[in-house]
Amino acid sequence: MRKLFTTALALFTLLCLSTVAFAAAPIKIGALFAVTGPASFLGEPERNTAQMVVDEINKAGGVKGRKIELITYDTGGDATKAVQLANKLVKNDNVVAIIGPSTTGDSMAIIPVVEKAGIPLISCAAGSKITEPVKKWVFKTAQNDGLAVARIYEQLKKEKKTKVAILTVSDGFGSSGREQLKAQAKVHGIQIISDDTYGPKDTDMTAQLAKIRGSQAQAVICWGTNPGPAVVARNAKQLGLKIPLYMSHGVSSKKFIELAGDSAEGIRLPSGKVLVADLLPKTDRQKGSLLAFIKDYQNHYKAEGDHFGGHAWDAVMLLKGAIERGGDTPAGIRNALEATRNFAGIGGVFNFSPRDHAGLTKDAFTLVEVRKKDWVLVK
Amino acid sequence: MELLNQVSQFVISGLATGAIYALIGLSFAIIFNSTGIINFAQGEFVMLGGVLTIFCINALQLPLLAAICAAVAGTTVIGLVFERLAIRPLKNATPLALIIITIGASILIRGVVMLLWGKDTKALPAFSGNDPISVAGATLLPQHLWIFGVTILVIVGCRLFFHHTISGKAMRACSFNPRAANLVGVSVGRMVLFSFVISAAVGSLAGVIIAPLTMTAYDVGVMLGLKGFCAAIMGGMGSGLGTVLGGLILGALESLGAGLISSGYKDAIAFCILLLILFIRPQGLFKKGETERV
Amino acid sequence: MKSDKLKFFVFCLVVLLAPLPLSGSYLTNVLVFVGVNSILALGLNLLLGFAGQISLGQAAFFGLGAYGSGVLTSAYAFNPWVAMVVVALAVAAFAFAIGFPVLRLKGHYLAMATLGVGVIANIAFNETVDLTGGPSGLSGIPNLAIGSFTFDTDLKNYYLVWGFALVMILLALNLVNSRFGRGLRAIHDSEVAARVMGVNARLMKVQVFTLSAFISAIAGSLYCHVMTFISPTSFGFNTSVELLTMIVIGGLGSVYGSILGALLLTMLPEILRTFQDYDIIVYGSLLIVMTIYMPGGLVKGVPALFRRLIPKKAKEGANA
Repeated sequence: MRKLFTTALALFTLLCLSTVAFAAAPIKIGALFAVTGPASFLGEPERNTAQMVVDEINKAGGVKGRKIELITYDTGGDATKAVQLANKLVKNDNVVAIIGPSTTGDSMAIIPVVEKAGIPLISCAAGSKITEPVKKWVFKTAQNDGLAVARIYEQLKKEKKTKVAILTVSDGFGSSGREQLKAQAKVHGIQIISDDTYGPKDTDMTAQLAKIRGSQAQAVICWGTNPGPAVVARNAKQLGLKIPLYMSHGVSSKKFIELAGDSAEGIRLPSGKVLVADLLPKTDRQKGSLLAFIKDYQNHYKAEGDHFGGHAWDAVMLLKGAIERGGDTPAGIRNALEATRNFAGIGGVFNFSPRDHAGLTKDAFTLVEVRKKDWVLVK
Repeated sequence: MELLNQVSQFVISGLATGAIYALIGLSFAIIFNSTGIINFAQGEFVMLGGVLTIFCINALQLPLLAAICAAVAGTTVIGLVFERLAIRPLKNATPLALIIITIGASILIRGVVMLLWGKDTKALPAFSGNDPISVAGATLLPQHLWIFGVTILVIVGCRLFFHHTISGKAMRACSFNPRAANLVGVSVGRMVLFSFVISAAVGSLAGVIIAPLTMTAYDVGVMLGLKGFCAAIMGGMGSGLGTVLGGLILGALESLGAGLISSGYKDAIAFCILLLILFIRPQGLFKKGETERV
Repeated sequence: MKSDKLKFFVFCLVVLLAPLPLSGSYLTNVLVFVGVNSILALGLNLLLGFAGQISLGQAAFFGLGAYGSGVLTSAYAFNPWVAMVVVALAVAAFAFAIGFPVLRLKGHYLAMATLGVGVIANIAFNETVDLTGGPSGLSGIPNLAIGSFTFDTDLKNYYLVWGFALVMILLALNLVNSRFGRGLRAIHDSEVAARVMGVNARLMKVQVFTLSAFISAIAGSLYCHVMTFISPTSFGFNTSVELLTMIVIGGLGSVYGSILGALLLTMLPEILRTFQDYDIIVYGSLLIVMTIYMPGGLVKGVPALFRRLIPKKAKEGANA
């Protein structure tokens, strides 16, 4: 009898100990980024940033005393792989939330997986259809393309330019931009008189630009990510194109100026505020986060933090806040995320609600211009 | 008038792009002609040319000309090593095995470059400025003239080499009949190695001269290689004028297609015409039909 | 013949029982895609391994199947099963039509032509935005269902896809041992000799090309209903190359080799993940080394390796 009692006691103690150990176990968060492949310019800074932020949270004592464990996989920008890895995160690694993927295609592909499993997802891709219509478990941090388009169209309207030519890259980023450019044109009284595309690996766009030069267009809007827009800028200079050239936020980094060289002068683009953080007024609510992010990134990776990395920064910080307020269960995190208000991050000031899982307004973008190989704000 | 100007711009830009395809096509044809191998890693030689030049300029602080020489030499060594390690040990060299091996090599080379120099796109400064030159209502960059010039040099060089030197003639002999060539004392193995060396040099040279225009990164080789392959096939896999014409036609078609029909379908238009050519003249545009020996 | 039947029976048993120890693991999900790739590899192996006709554009038929089914079911509310049959037949008809001019070509010209077909198809998926959703993909594709039984979990999809795969394997096994199969192998060895012997080589090549396209289209339909989302990147040149790699590594001209190759190549990223960023280098080297030292693929290479390592057990090795 006594033996039984001791055994029971021992078992009980063991059980208590294990629950204590369990309580101190790290909170597992999954991350899917396109670290290799054509979208690696997104995935690499995103992975770097996410790891950096998680390390710092852990160094500062974690979230409510518990460490965060970040489990990162590389999708290579391949939808099939993304689905397999999302399944792995959900079923094998038992994560409570997932951040990423980097591209709209990967995000759309894994949405059925997370919706079925009931795991909150904070996508770092820009496509508006990720959160429109609103899906219960899906949020995003990257600014919608539509906001960038609106920012450009507003400026054109101010300058009384109504005829534009658009030149978009034929990949997910470009086609999403093209959709938005076409959809919003009417609202802003803009007329698209030339609609061309180029391939992501094309090396010469003079044909498209020569056609635009022969048209009545008053401005060109090019939607793409490096290196395509840099080639467009060079070709436009070669052809002596006189009308203003607008780019998308896809090239808002110093890299673009470096690639386009002299041809970049005078080009305008809507950009997240990270590019011009030091130019912002002190009253700007994002300024604190922006400067902290830029300094951290510089310290860790000896490189300039860009707004792609910013998407991952926002995703991790939003999650941290949600875990603090809503606990460590997927459902708790989801509800807390949806209740997030006035979070001043890198991409903008986030206000999630049951009807809006993207959370940003067009104030997230500022219009910048290249002058003497640097960015200036367009007034 | 405006349309005329435009068309002239389409044609001239197209020819400039086409010259690049022609050069890459030539480097395909050099290996094919002496070995019967379609080297799917050819695009990687082109990429290496550009990437190594930029590395030599930025990290080693070499002047442009020295950097170019170093890059071409470096790529040539890689071509040599590639032949030694991957092609030579192959016992039963079926075309399929060779395709897979060269695809494997292209993945490997791309991977190594990605790890060593990162995934960023890099630009090389133009050789002689960026001031546009006007030609027949169209504009060109000085760099385009470099491309045309180097292409012509390479064609003349190839012609002289393959028709007027012993090594060149021996290489052609290998392509017609390796066993017979072997019997008359040609070392087939050495000729294969030789063809890889020359081809790597030509490919990397193409990579260097286009880098200021198109910029370069670890993954530019795939598409350029494909287009070069296309040019070579159009020209009938010859190492001479046929391939060059194939490249120029391909470039012009792409540019005209993009300007006049649809920019989204320009590659599709080019490939449709390629298919038509293959269906009508399976031996390529500029080659006489051959009867197959059994 | 008897041992063939036994082999197939054992294989069926393995397929049937494989998911049991994995219960609930994501590996079941990976095995679903192994199934899809097996069907694709099998289709390509019939063309390349048996008839000796190279194709670098197999992803085109895979994509046509996927997009055909995807568009018909999501935008036009077709019954998925009906769509699958209609699309597969349409793709087969298309392959039959282009087969005559394409298969007149030989060697590298054939490789280039099929590559061209692949590139054109991929551009079409990208550019017909109104129909396919373009580069951002097509979502909202329903799962397959029989009555009220929906194939919406990994396990259900596993049995669905592998059910199809087993039927295809049976078909391929019978085909290989038929008069048609012998004709194909004759073409592979020497087309001229085959013609002299009275084989209608031209028609047979087109027939096997058509069959291979039909099988790929079925795989495409299955893929789109399993994923419920498709985008053009899954049907590009890389996919065609990967399929080629599968059958070369598995074993050209071997039915089970196709399956083995599909299994290995699909699982490879899982294994290589331990190498992290270096995985691409390991992958490239593996292709080269395998092709040099195991030219017959794993099906022939592994037994040969066994024979060399353990000479005593030569007999068992040969039977494996």
